[in-house]
Amino acid sequence: MRSRRFMRALMVLMIPVIAAIPGYSGTLIAADESASAPHWSSYLVETLLLRQYNTRLVVLSTSLLGVASGLVGTFLLLRKRSLLGDALSHATLPGIVIAFAIMVQMGEQGKNLPGLLTGAAITGMGGVYLVLLIRNSTRLKDDAAMGIILSVFFGAGVALLSMVQTLPQASAAGLEGFITGKTASMVLSDFLFISVVCALAVLLSLLFLKELTLLCFDEGFAAAQGWPVVALDMLMVSLVGAVTIVGLQSVGLILIIAFLIIPSTAARFWTHNLGRMLVLAGIIGGLSGWFGASVSALFPGLPAGALIVLSAASLFMLSMLFGPAKGVVPRWIRHRRLTATVGRQHLLRAVFEILEQSQQSGSDQVRNLPVDIADVIRHRSWDRPEVLGLLRSALRNGHIEFPRPGQVCLSESGFGESARVTRNHRLWELFMIRHADIAPSHVDRDADMVEHVLGPEIVRQLEDELQNIEATLQVPPSPHTIKPTDEPSVSSGDKTGKGNA
Amino acid sequence: MKNFFDSRKDVLCEKEHPNELPLAIHDLTVAYNRRPVLWDIELNIPEGRLVAVVGPNGAGKSTLLKACLDLIPRTSGEIRIYGKPYRQHRSLVGYVPQRESVDWDFPISALEVVTMGLYGRIGWMKRVRSVHREVAMQCLEKVGIDHLAQRQISQLSGGQQQRVFLARALAQDSALYMMDEPFSAVDASTELAIVELLKTLKSTGRTCIVVHHDLATVSRYFDWLVLLNMRVVASGPMKETFTHENLRKTYGGKLSVLTDAAEALKQVSG
Repeated sequence: MRSRRFMRALMVLMIPVIAAIPGYSGTLIAADESASAPHWSSYLVETLLLRQYNTRLVVLSTSLLGVASGLVGTFLLLRKRSLLGDALSHATLPGIVIAFAIMVQMGEQGKNLPGLLTGAAITGMGGVYLVLLIRNSTRLKDDAAMGIILSVFFGAGVALLSMVQTLPQASAAGLEGFITGKTASMVLSDFLFISVVCALAVLLSLLFLKELTLLCFDEGFAAAQGWPVVALDMLMVSLVGAVTIVGLQSVGLILIIAFLIIPSTAARFWTHNLGRMLVLAGIIGGLSGWFGASVSALFPGLPAGALIVLSAASLFMLSMLFGPAKGVVPRWIRHRRLTATVGRQHLLRAVFEILEQSQQSGSDQVRNLPVDIADVIRHRSWDRPEVLGLLRSALRNGHIEFPRPGQVCLSESGFGESARVTRNHRLWELFMIRHADIAPSHVDRDADMVEHVLGPEIVRQLEDELQNIEATLQVPPSPHTIKPTDEPSVSSGDKTGKGNA
Repeated sequence: MKNFFDSRKDVLCEKEHPNELPLAIHDLTVAYNRRPVLWDIELNIPEGRLVAVVGPNGAGKSTLLKACLDLIPRTSGEIRIYGKPYRQHRSLVGYVPQRESVDWDFPISALEVVTMGLYGRIGWMKRVRSVHREVAMQCLEKVGIDHLAQRQISQLSGGQQQRVFLARALAQDSALYMMDEPFSAVDASTELAIVELLKTLKSTGRTCIVVHHDLATVSRYFDWLVLLNMRVVASGPMKETFTHENLRKTYGGKLSVLTDAAEALKQVSG
């Protein structure tokens, strides 16, 4: 089990590498875009495939960052602490600027990445701590506390930044890049630093998968079982902090929150399983990082953060529309399918009831005979086009035949289905009358809503409940009189005498 | 693994703590933001009873359970589980929180929730193995929803969700169970299933402390009654304790003085 999970994680980590193999996935994009604008699209492909030396490290590290933030962001989302990541990232700005100023004073170059990120980590975590302090010592709610910290720290950072820019010793020109992110060329040591932090974040979230899941799902139960809830919370915030801070350079502090939230939210549309959700969030994050950074590297004017977030957002849109678990389109299709089934079943039952009425004087067994379509229309409050639509749908399913114009006849399978549907409907009606004290005149409509979703299991339960009714295997008689919704007029069905005898 | 549910309790309780009460509370006071919710609670629960904790809204029933489980700080007082503080006897206590306390849209299956009851025994960083899943499956079977094991929890009905929580507590295999409103908003068949479960637990010598809100059923389902309204109004065997006089004292308006005093304390402390 353990090895399988690790393999999965490994596969996620490998995605950018696999994608980098020439011809693996790049061909698809190339085919799309080379037709319209051949000269820059070839650069894009080169960049996406990591063949461009300048951008290779940036693209690779951003993809890794995407994987890590997808995983970590999933826990943040499930813990309902998404905004905490936002407060954290905004609170890093003063730290970056202060670290820069200190390094310049000490005679350093000032652009040393680990140095700047250390400063970011200190004020970022300080911001989170203050949010928790405000929440615990006053009666302010989380969101208010976060709003205050986020804006105050960011404001302080902006003010400090403009002060630092007037310092004579060194140029602070690159620092604004931390706000919206930019894909500058990256030295190998920076790349290694970012990769190690991301890998560590992924590793820790997988190692503590069980504990973090418990914390996110049921904090009270976790605490009662003796898990150190506060320490686990700290672990989670530290992971978020680590990912945020190494992401500052390429994504920027304003938009890094989107990198944490969007992949996990998108992944939720695809699955109800946490393990799969984590893998998918990693993949979505990795893909957006890879694509966004590549495009940004091609157009130096475009900030990387924005492109990464836009890539993630398009994946999010796709997921929201087509994700099988919660997506809009699959839900709509399921709804349509149910509506169609319900309509078809109503039609079949209507035909069955008409047959039953017209044959009441005869044998117990209802025989399958052609029925006037006009009778079917009259049987319920249907209008003509509606019935014709239902008939077409039933015809496609092979449930009915048209022996001659104006008449409809159930096929063999349709007759069986109509008996089954009617039986379910009656069973449910009887159950409602006996056990829920619903008046017989009202059960019809209730049963109409429920009968279509009765699985074989519930039907068996109903049969058990209603054991003593005579016709357990046959269609029981309707507990109420079946009337056409229109005022009954003299119709062909009435000619058979309705069993007045 | 076969006798998992029958053997463990004897080992844990009767041999190690022959004469200790499952729960003994002495002089407990709990306050939220300095506003007292429970005053000077004195409570002793004997072994092998089905105990109902009953009282009006805001009487501190859930708070009492949470205080016993060290989930909220207490202002004063002492709580002993089988003679020791809770943190030393955690493994003896199973907990069923209120159903509303978690997000049922969480991407997790019923079986996975039940395995959470075993996390304490599985330990840090170790994976859930098939042995654990088997035990969890047995627990789901005991509450009658093993066929729903792989369902995502949002696709369960309220009663089924409650059963998942009960199964998770069963997986903890404890001697003392604390349940917070397990009967709230469940269907009739779940209610019956829970009652059966309580009986089974009692017959194996376990003690259950259950926050309950339905006075109509309390005397049928339980054999020990704790009437609570910020303090313990009465506690004892059902027959002697379930009287009009006691109920009047618990639900009547006479306690408004306590509420007023608590409110005043809250105002003073800001």
